[in-house]
Amino acid sequence: MCKGWSALLLLAAALAAQSPKYHVGRAPTSDEIKAWDISVLPDGTGLPEGKGSAVEGKALYESRCQKCHGAKGEGGDYEQPIAGGKDTLKTPKPIKSVGSYWPYATTVWDYVNRAMPFDRPETLTHDQVYSAVAYVLFLNGLVGEKDVLDAKSLPLIKMPNRDGFVKDPRPDVAAPSKKKGS
Amino acid sequence: MKKSNRRRFLEITALGGTLAACKTGGKVEEPAPSRLGKPVSAYGERAPFEKAARWTRTTRTPEQASSNTPHQDLNGIVTPSSLHYERHHAGVPRIDPAEHRLLIHGMVERPLIFTMDELHRLPSVSKIYFLECAGNTSSEWPEKTAPDVQQSHGLASCSEWTGVPLSLVLAECGVKPGASWILAEGADPCRMSRSVPLAKCLDDVLLAYGQNGEAIRPEQGYPLRLFVPGWEGNISVKWLRRIKVGDQPTYTRDETSKYTDLMPDGTARQFTFEMEAKSVITYPSGGQKLSGPGFCEVKGVAWSGRGRIERVECSTDGGKTWKDAQLQEPRLRIAFTRFRFPWNWDGSEALLVSRCTDETGYVQPSKEELIAVRGLHSNYHYNGTKVWKVAADGSVSNV
Repeated sequence: MCKGWSALLLLAAALAAQSPKYHVGRAPTSDEIKAWDISVLPDGTGLPEGKGSAVEGKALYESRCQKCHGAKGEGGDYEQPIAGGKDTLKTPKPIKSVGSYWPYATTVWDYVNRAMPFDRPETLTHDQVYSAVAYVLFLNGLVGEKDVLDAKSLPLIKMPNRDGFVKDPRPDVAAPSKKKGS
Repeated sequence: MKKSNRRRFLEITALGGTLAACKTGGKVEEPAPSRLGKPVSAYGERAPFEKAARWTRTTRTPEQASSNTPHQDLNGIVTPSSLHYERHHAGVPRIDPAEHRLLIHGMVERPLIFTMDELHRLPSVSKIYFLECAGNTSSEWPEKTAPDVQQSHGLASCSEWTGVPLSLVLAECGVKPGASWILAEGADPCRMSRSVPLAKCLDDVLLAYGQNGEAIRPEQGYPLRLFVPGWEGNISVKWLRRIKVGDQPTYTRDETSKYTDLMPDGTARQFTFEMEAKSVITYPSGGQKLSGPGFCEVKGVAWSGRGRIERVECSTDGGKTWKDAQLQEPRLRIAFTRFRFPWNWDGSEALLVSRCTDETGYVQPSKEELIAVRGLHSNYHYNGTKVWKVAADGSVSNV
């Protein structure tokens, strides 16, 4: 029944792709879309103009980020480490930092831009976001202090754990051999 | 816990009082109403004696926190909206529905902006679905640290959700060939965002505005949330403001740094969406105490992100022997199923545990079976069986 329902919806979708059925909602302007569309893809699509380096990011980090993330990104009272943890993922105490775990530098940019600082999100300029991200990557030893990050250079950074993610293989835990009865 | 025990004690005492009254010829007098009761009211309140509440661990950032459903105090399969678990990443925004908009754009023929009023005009459905945080029961991976079922299993709840099928709205926009994912984004301060495969969106995903008959609660995403049945709660993006159709995942923070499952070999599983079959005994459970030997109806809930619960078995000896529990009908797909198991407690130490089987034939594994495959650091998606120890004095604890 549910599959039939899904099939109907798929059919409906295919049909309605030709023409709208309910004519509800209005077309957004391109400016509206541009203002709302803040997401960034791993290839850099969505990254805006602007630039920054760790040199510029240091002061910003120390004033707005360090309280939660620690002077060297080691974490603190509020947050887990965002730096360090190299080669710890297989160990009994894995540290999932930006440098040891995050697969894409673009994700760091996207997240800082949309959600940081925690108490004042979306208050940083694009230059400040590039600078803050550069400083976090610098703390992880992934860029030099003077390396300038922008929409072109940021996506080119190969994060150490880029290839560390696998597809969901579940169900992965074998059912007990004695499934039926007591 | 204590409240729950106290209530049971009061119920038992009340019953005793009634029986005693019968024996002595019915001398109990109805208290004469000396004054009128409360008048009708605009919005109902529960009885002042009822104290069931969500539980939150102590935190310095309550805006970035979670609160747990008190399973030990609840009956049936629907969680009251006021007790539905919470997980927020930047607090609950205050959103005027008259101002709220949903933008759908990207790989579509016709980008559209909807007001809430317009979404309410579209064909709608209501479905009872559970919702479970990927991190529910993560306290069981290492040494078991949660003393009770609220702390161990409280990041799961079940509601009736009402809204518009996302497939219908995507059809209005006309999805372009080659599209395979959407990005859903919230209007909360952190703009929580997750990628969802288009196939799931065209199957059973809802743009939900109703919960248990009324508008969705602010902490559940008012006025609009994505609802992705059977998948980890984080992907049902609350306060939904934007959907971008594309041909790849966005790899947001919450599908890379978080909500990925680290394996013993150092790789991490990504896009681990489904919540696998799980059950837990809610009575008797950790922190409660049985007053003495005798009959006790064991109760609990079971659910599966892959469909209907077909079977729940219970054991009173830690899983050495199992017997079928009774399942409350109707058993709905991707919803809580209430189970009950009659038990005569002989007063000796007992190990109570339940395990469920869903419509795919999948059987809920034990903690040991899970750890043997996934190790101790995957954090999310724990669905092992839950053992409660009933001591000879009737006290129940997590073991």
